[in-house]
Amino acid sequence: MTEQVIEKIESMEKKREKEKHGKETIRSSVVLKIYRANKRAGEQPHYDSVEVPVQRWTTVLDALLHAKQYKDPSIGIRYSCRMASCGSCGMKINGIPRLACYTKVSELEGSTVTVEPLANFPHIRDLVTDFAQFFSHHHDVKPFVQNENADIKDKNKLSEFMQSPEDLDKFLQFSYCIKCGLCYSACPTVATDTKFPGPQALSQAYRYFIDNRDNATKDRINIVDDKHGIWRCHFAGSCSSVCPKGVDPALGIQLLRGHMLGFSKNEKKIADLQDRLRKDEEAKQ
Amino acid sequence: MMLRESQIMKIHYITGIAALFVVAVHIMMRLIMPYSLSLEYENVIANYHNVPYLVLLESILVLIAIHGFNGLRIILLELRQSKAWEDGITILTIAAMMAVVAYGTRTIIIANGFGLGFE
Repeated sequence: MTEQVIEKIESMEKKREKEKHGKETIRSSVVLKIYRANKRAGEQPHYDSVEVPVQRWTTVLDALLHAKQYKDPSIGIRYSCRMASCGSCGMKINGIPRLACYTKVSELEGSTVTVEPLANFPHIRDLVTDFAQFFSHHHDVKPFVQNENADIKDKNKLSEFMQSPEDLDKFLQFSYCIKCGLCYSACPTVATDTKFPGPQALSQAYRYFIDNRDNATKDRINIVDDKHGIWRCHFAGSCSSVCPKGVDPALGIQLLRGHMLGFSKNEKKIADLQDRLRKDEEAKQ
Repeated sequence: MMLRESQIMKIHYITGIAALFVVAVHIMMRLIMPYSLSLEYENVIANYHNVPYLVLLESILVLIAIHGFNGLRIILLELRQSKAWEDGITILTIAAMMAVVAYGTRTIIIANGFGLGFE
């Protein structure tokens, strides 16, 4: 029985792999249509077309770096790790926010690849955008574990906060966020409301809210429960569909809303009560 | 007293769900006789003299006014982000909601008469 299931899964995987490769188009070159603008230097927005040679494994970032190295060194790009870990090379590729280092040219349709700066971010130059507002929203939700019981001042005494695999599962996917800003760029609410924290900050608020080591729930809820806070999410879900790390910010937002409306039981409150009861019993003994 | 946004949204969702229910009852009440007959003057006035139906109409008015004007406030909030604008539209939508509820209630009172000689 188990062998049959394994065989079935393997055949499905092979089929999926075949479909994936079927989508790939092998080309020897593509035309990169690059958005160029530098308001400070008085350069008006326009597109430059550059033809670059590509291989099957060439990513959009590789193509852009080739263009920068051999065709036009003035192209402005921000990048760092080239392996979808740093989240620096986010840009709109053929109209969709993606990481340039994580998007292969062969996966894209057509022989022209259009690259533009991320939407919803102030523009700096060419493909580079300003992340100050985005990081400010991230900073506002206090994205770190806060616990007044932690003995961080006493180096000799190390606190240990027990966490079960079940507790970890509640927030693990949200901790994979690399702050690339793709979800922020895809969010229709951010496009109209600059005070809206955006999917990244809100999903991080949920990540720390549900973490049983953190006890600053009230503070964090006060921050997101605002006129321009969590309730302004339209639940378009575009944030989740563009995330390169498989994080589902829309889910985090809905779960946090559920907690705020009292639809879901608050495990933290229950844990607090259990802890108090245990301490009372210990005191009695 | 300032309500938190989560409390406002709770009211928004509850009034939305409750409005669905009362409007469904209201539509069903229209269909107990041929639709054109239900809108005749005598029948409409007779409806206003039916106290449970009167309560239903008032609750539709209140629920839809709260839900609708809060929805409008939310839409307008996204247009601009400034304290003056936020406060302005909050006051404006609350005032408009109260005006609509007051005008609707006045209509219900006049149509019913309540033995006050309004008929």
